[in-house]
Amino acid sequence: MSQSIPSPGWNETETNALIDAHLGQEGPMLPILHALQAAFGYISEPAMRLVAQRLNVTRAEVYGVASFYHDFRLAPQGRHQMKICRAEACQSMGGETQARAFLAALGLEWGGTTPDGRLTVEPVYCLGLCACAPSAMLDGEPHARMDLEGLKALAAEAV
Amino acid sequence: MRIFVPQDSAALALGADRIAQAIRRDAAARDRDVTLVRNGSRGLFWLEPLVEIETAEGRVGFGPFTPADVPALFGDLTAHPKYLGLVEEIPFLKKQQRLTFARCGLADPLDLDAYRALGGFAGLEKARAMSPAEICAEVKASGLRGRGGAGFPTGIKWETVRTASAEQKYIVCNADEGDSGTFADRLIMEADPFCLVEGMAIAGRAVGATRGYIYTRSEYPYAIRMMSAAIDLAARAGLLEDFRLEVREGAGAYVCGEETALLDSLEGKRGQVRAKPPIPALIGLFSKPTVINNTISLAAVPWILAEGAPAYAAFGMGRSRGTMPVQLAGNIKHGGLFETAFGITLGELIDDIGGGTSSGRPVRAVQAGGPLGAYFAVSQFDTPYDYEAFAAKDGLVGHGGLVVFDDTVDMAQMARFAMEFCAHESCGKCTPCRIGSTRGTETIDKIIAGDAVERNLALVTDLCETLKFGSLCALGGFTPYPVMSAIKNFPEDFRGPAAKLAAE
Repeated sequence: MSQSIPSPGWNETETNALIDAHLGQEGPMLPILHALQAAFGYISEPAMRLVAQRLNVTRAEVYGVASFYHDFRLAPQGRHQMKICRAEACQSMGGETQARAFLAALGLEWGGTTPDGRLTVEPVYCLGLCACAPSAMLDGEPHARMDLEGLKALAAEAV
Repeated sequence: MRIFVPQDSAALALGADRIAQAIRRDAAARDRDVTLVRNGSRGLFWLEPLVEIETAEGRVGFGPFTPADVPALFGDLTAHPKYLGLVEEIPFLKKQQRLTFARCGLADPLDLDAYRALGGFAGLEKARAMSPAEICAEVKASGLRGRGGAGFPTGIKWETVRTASAEQKYIVCNADEGDSGTFADRLIMEADPFCLVEGMAIAGRAVGATRGYIYTRSEYPYAIRMMSAAIDLAARAGLLEDFRLEVREGAGAYVCGEETALLDSLEGKRGQVRAKPPIPALIGLFSKPTVINNTISLAAVPWILAEGAPAYAAFGMGRSRGTMPVQLAGNIKHGGLFETAFGITLGELIDDIGGGTSSGRPVRAVQAGGPLGAYFAVSQFDTPYDYEAFAAKDGLVGHGGLVVFDDTVDMAQMARFAMEFCAHESCGKCTPCRIGSTRGTETIDKIIAGDAVERNLALVTDLCETLKFGSLCALGGFTPYPVMSAIKNFPEDFRGPAAKLAAE
């Protein structure tokens, strides 16, 4: 794939600017990948190529890092992202049963996206709200003491 | 009228911003002069959002608060339906020995003057009047051990880095608090971030490091913002001298809480575990001598320097000196952070302090020390909270988390979850963890299905031995703790419905 072919989640000028902003840091790879995902929603293949070129590492290395971490997405996702905690403290408060009921109501599996591309539901292992379980996070905003109705209300908010 | 509404993640997750807005609106409508302080949380999470009002007698609390409770704040306070009385007198808070967390919840976390007024920077000032060797000796004498879970003496680690020679050394704070049931790092970063800044600056001076990193979780967005702002304020006020500090965000990999995986991640690599030796103290971040300490270890240091090592060592029992922020979580009535000297029993923590389950059903199991910690049964509640006493029961103090389960828990499912979690989070470097966890999940599935139960239990036990002794780090090495403790302490859950009925 040539770099000139435009691809969604990819803009060479902006990608270069984001890389430039982090080049002065020691170990800039993760900060750059976070910045790219924040800007484009996911980390596309041409973006990874450019990162490799600018950091003078192999494409395999960039792909290896991007694919290792649960946070980084290599394909477009829903416009909104809901993370539901599946860890022990939330389980002790019925979080797992409730999460399954929520997924069933949306007709999704973990990691699935609604057909209209509105919402992706992902598991997360602890949001540090373990004394106010069960918890969830919608687009980076945490919510605690969630019941099934609360999850559904959050999902309805995400338009 | 001074009103405090916390800006901690938990309070915000429970609607603290809406409460703050409602207070402002109501005060304006009533033409009342209100100063709204967005403080940190006190760590009494079952009462969050916990609103406080300053009175002549002290600060009185109201919680758990909702926007509907706002109008009554402008009437007779003692008649308010959420009135809790003086916050300092709430037994959960009063019974604590708060050293590291003493300032949490008192002020706006980014108010430098308030931090100073509450004793902040006294430790750093003392450290600057001491030689690096003296600082290391002081930390060693305090008996402080790594609060991340491994319990390694902090002073010895610092001394090793101090005596190493290199043109660049680093201080790395492990704030990658991934254990379910823990929120101590988050609370420090969100309620008293200058305390961590101060602890790291002291560590820098003690070992001759001029750069520091705080590696924390992407799941903690508020902590990241708060910590970054605090570093900025401290640096601009000239308090850090030549010490440069930066927050780095992880990317959802639990294994990066393991110190060598964390260092690789900071360097921009896959978060894979390194074989030890060499130890990070000698060959750490970018192959330079590195102090890598847990958030709570570093945050304990300002108090130790300010008050002296003997004062800290006076708390605790045996080789566990000082205090531990025990985090009461899960199905518990009074969930929150309880900082106390080592030696209190597990039963006192769960029943007396925590008030039993939140569901009101009997307590059945407590997982101590995160997803890699053992499940304790109620019959073991006399175990004192102490590194060695827990180890003697095949358990872990870990990072101080206690997750309570009531009698509806299925321990075979919890054992399965421990294996599944290990498989999900394994970095893949060593075979026992990468493959053993998947085979372990499958074998526990067979046990749950009632397929050759005794033979498969023997297989899981054998597999756990391999994981324990053959894994590179604590992820594979400690996954046997929850699995084997569930099998050993709750055998009736592994032998089909008949055994479960017989046990009841």
